[in-house]
Amino acid sequence: MNETEPGLPIGILAELTHRCTLQCAYCSNPLELLKADRELGTAEWISIFEQAADLGILQVHLSGGEPTLRRDLPDLVAALARRGVYSNLITAGVGVDGPTVERLAAAGLDHVQLSFQGARSETTELIGRLRGAHERKLAAARAVREAGLPLTVNAPIHRRNIDEVELFIELALDLGAERLEIANVQYYGWALLNRAALMPPREAVERQIEIVEAARAALRGVLAIDFVAPDYYARYPKACMGGWARDAFMITPDGTAMPCHAASTIPHLVFDNAARTPLEAIWRRSPAFEAYRGTAWMKDPCRSCDRREIDFGGCRCQAMALAGDPAATDPACSLSPLHGRVLQLAEGDAASEVETFRYRRIGAAAEPA
Amino acid sequence: MSARRERALARETSCPALPRHVRMHFDEVRGAWALLSPEKVLWPDEISLAILNRCDGRTQAGAIAAALAAEYGADEAEVHADVLAFLQDWSDRMVVRL
Repeated sequence: MNETEPGLPIGILAELTHRCTLQCAYCSNPLELLKADRELGTAEWISIFEQAADLGILQVHLSGGEPTLRRDLPDLVAALARRGVYSNLITAGVGVDGPTVERLAAAGLDHVQLSFQGARSETTELIGRLRGAHERKLAAARAVREAGLPLTVNAPIHRRNIDEVELFIELALDLGAERLEIANVQYYGWALLNRAALMPPREAVERQIEIVEAARAALRGVLAIDFVAPDYYARYPKACMGGWARDAFMITPDGTAMPCHAASTIPHLVFDNAARTPLEAIWRRSPAFEAYRGTAWMKDPCRSCDRREIDFGGCRCQAMALAGDPAATDPACSLSPLHGRVLQLAEGDAASEVETFRYRRIGAAAEPA
Repeated sequence: MSARRERALARETSCPALPRHVRMHFDEVRGAWALLSPEKVLWPDEISLAILNRCDGRTQAGAIAAALAAEYGADEAEVHADVLAFLQDWSDRMVVRL
């Protein structure tokens, strides 16, 4: 890729709100959650989506927090549909009833991704800290099917539910989902805070991979299973966001445009706000986007690595969190000098008997553990 | 529990369609057809596009192959095999419904 002229972006993750019905301890949202009074208004989001379509964006993932808490969600979906942009609702499903889904389907919603914190009711309740959540999610899934919308079941995996992977596969089949995401938790935000209570042991991860591979083969053409590997145990890091500011980025509830969820944890970065700066200018010239775009910023071992344009050095925010240097090789990579320490961290966390979660609530991170 | 689906096999009589979660979109900015799906954007090549544009849920795979063979002046048996292999592969990846 040309370092000065980026390609065209394909996708935006739009975090419409930090408000949520659940309090999942694995949430990747930042510890400092924004209150409702900081959220952009309807007209601001619609303007951003219009600019996004002009810029070549083809997919917008409507996320949060819980995006269905925004009463203007059908208007936002309609704005995307008018421009042919693929709209993907990422929801926890609580409170998503038949009429809600009908309104979104009528507005032109393309797809629903519904998270399940557990395949068992008691697990869903424990992780999300809401009684009755599981049954409400099942009802949401049925409403999605009844409205004729396609469904992906998203299962965020960690130590407390990794033994339910087979049940998640059964659940996705029972619900008639087209896709299932077995997504091992990425340790940012609340998940990083709760890592000791969430990290699975290596044996459980290996067993999980065997189950997923066998299910993929057995369910070819029936259920597509996407797998997000637990990167502390991986050989190579993930290409975070497909490469920093390479073809996707995210926008927070107050309009801050960031190349990655956790980019605000990198202290020297300066972000633009999509409600005030044209999206094209942000994409082309935002200093935060340019900081780690392409490969010129890399140090060794990334700089001379054959995989530098495959995984782009992994995640800058994880490098910040684990190596204290956002330009370092992501320590999830086996080529990082810190990789051994990351494995030790993971194994130590997995063996810890920490069971208490610090649940995700606005203002909760500042409270004593 | 709802009735479980089974893997569909591509036959001459299959009437392929795009599943509900996949949508063809002409991208004005890039001047190209894109296949939009929940997590991926695919950029079909000319031949893939010629097949996908005929996946209307009514036309049989055999008829699609015959039309393409005629259009490209290609060997019909070869095109039939290629079209069925394409449809099977894309159905297995859940981006075509048979």
